Amino acid sequence: MSIEVKNVSKAFGNVAAVNKVNFSVKEGELMALLGPSGGGKTTVLRMIAGLEMPTEGDIFIRGVRVNDISVQKRNIGFVFQNYALFKTMNVFKNIAFGLKIKKWKRADIAGRVEELLKLLGLEGLEKRYPHQLSGGQRQRVAIARALASKPSVLLLDEPFGAVDAKIRQELREWLVHLHKDLNVTTLFVTHDQEEAMEVSDRIVIFSKGNLEQIGAPREVYEQPANEFVARFIGVMNVLEVEVQNGVGRVAELEFPVPTHPDGKKMLIGFRPYAVQISTDLAQYRYRAVLVRTYFLGIMLRLELELPSGLVLRSRITKEEYALLGLSDGREISLQIRQYRVLSSEASGLPPELHTTYELPPTIGEHI
Amino acid sequence: MADKKFNPLPGFGLTMGYTLFYLSALVLIPIAALFLKTFQLSWHDFWRVVTHPQAIAAYKLTFGASLIAALLNAFFGTLLAWVLVRYEFWGKRFVDALVDFPFALPTAVAGLTISSLFVANGWLGRYLVPMGIQIAYTRVAIIIALTFVGLPFVVRTLQPVLANLEGEIEEAAATLGASRLRTFFSILAPTLFPTVLTGFALAFARAVGEYGSVVFVSTNMPYKTQIAPYLIVVRLDEFDYHAATAIAVVLLIISFLILALINYLEGWASRFHN
Repeated sequence: MSIEVKNVSKAFGNVAAVNKVNFSVKEGELMALLGPSGGGKTTVLRMIAGLEMPTEGDIFIRGVRVNDISVQKRNIGFVFQNYALFKTMNVFKNIAFGLKIKKWKRADIAGRVEELLKLLGLEGLEKRYPHQLSGGQRQRVAIARALASKPSVLLLDEPFGAVDAKIRQELREWLVHLHKDLNVTTLFVTHDQEEAMEVSDRIVIFSKGNLEQIGAPREVYEQPANEFVARFIGVMNVLEVEVQNGVGRVAELEFPVPTHPDGKKMLIGFRPYAVQISTDLAQYRYRAVLVRTYFLGIMLRLELELPSGLVLRSRITKEEYALLGLSDGREISLQIRQYRVLSSEASGLPPELHTTYELPPTIGEHI
Repeated sequence: MADKKFNPLPGFGLTMGYTLFYLSALVLIPIAALFLKTFQLSWHDFWRVVTHPQAIAAYKLTFGASLIAALLNAFFGTLLAWVLVRYEFWGKRFVDALVDFPFALPTAVAGLTISSLFVANGWLGRYLVPMGIQIAYTRVAIIIALTFVGLPFVVRTLQPVLANLEGEIEEAAATLGASRLRTFFSILAPTLFPTVLTGFALAFARAVGEYGSVVFVSTNMPYKTQIAPYLIVVRLDEFDYHAATAIAVVLLIISFLILALINYLEGWASRFHN
């Protein structure tokens, strides 16, 4: 394991910022710490770096407990959200700073800096001062500086928070490539679930100082551990149902949940892609009216209103939309192919009940 | 009108006009009068007056003492600003208010106070004089007075710059392995240096022009403890107006050259800014 966080808590005065968090990062892994702001993810990153001390718990880097090792001696690379470049130094000196402190030889420093400039596409910029660089270039200088002395882990705090959307997209792809080339264990903080999904091997999801779920992007998307994750990652329809005779009901919708006792209230969740629609009103069980269409590029999101007034979200491709001849106001029939019981609200649900319920696909296409 | 350039911020003509008028009335016209008065002297007389050994001694004392005072202020002012910005302590607001004290206090009062402290029966003098340390009415007293009047400049110019330093910069240095001391000298000092220079220049200029406090802390002995502004007053008392303005002109030119040099240094030290 490259990084291990064991039972770590952090309190600022009376405020608990991080609450008994456990996770580990494998050697060479690219991992995201994801959560809304104030979720404690940056605090965790700063504790790993040694910029904050945990109130309790232990942190290990490559098997060594680092709680008592100062930030200077941890050999980590840290990239700050606002770059934190040294304004009085040019690009070369910024990157060389850590190497000079570690008393590298002059020639070795020059060689290493040149290597990094090349790797990060910063050739020719070594004499520039930070204020003469674009946002993306500053970001890369900050990463080069952090990587210079070959740290055991690279930690990035909201690395793409301060650049505009277009550059952010480029930087994400670039980070994935860089990580592939260097294979250095990388942990980055983000509040952007799309960014986390796109870039990382695994995601750690935080909310209010608690670790909510760890998993590969696909896992947390398809099998969210609880309501928070379900709502935070992607779009999900979340409904509160009451169980009668093994069926959870809300308005006209029915969800078979065989093992749950009568009278119980719980949350059911399903992704928009699980809502299948047809213009043949007899094809599926429920009827609804398409009230609004959102264009999301290749996909479209539909808002469907049931006779009871309940609104569900569905998602189909542009082609299907055209093929079905849909338009706002059109009446359709629908079914929900797949749904999950979200445990967080229904307290004390045993874990085996976090199953996904599937209906046998009727005719045709999966979406 | 068609070729008049559009400017989203109107009012340039008016504000520039006032600025020129204001500067002319307060600065340029008096200085011009000073030069005109001086030019009534022949070059020979001018040279004789301004190179008089007494005048030379006065320039040396004025600029030497001002330089030492400004250097002291640059160092201790930086320290004071650092403490006031970085740390929270009981009475901080009071200490902060004290910094402005030399601005408000009539400098003559400051001068009197300093000499009364260091005379043989003063609060400090009663311990220092028996040890053979004579401060009152010496050049040391002049330096103390000039340091006092220049104190606020470095502190007040540095405070906002220190407050705006990003904490992340120091953290970044720490993650790269830099100790606190190393971070201070490699990262913070170069960042703060241009501002310290500005404060230094202001304190220096203030000290060169100081008169009120020095008159009371110094014996104003020619060749020994007589500063140039005092010499000007002496010449005025002798009704030698031309000599007085001639010395003033020299004072002005030297000050201008030194400030220009400091300005150039500032530009060089902040080359990493826009």
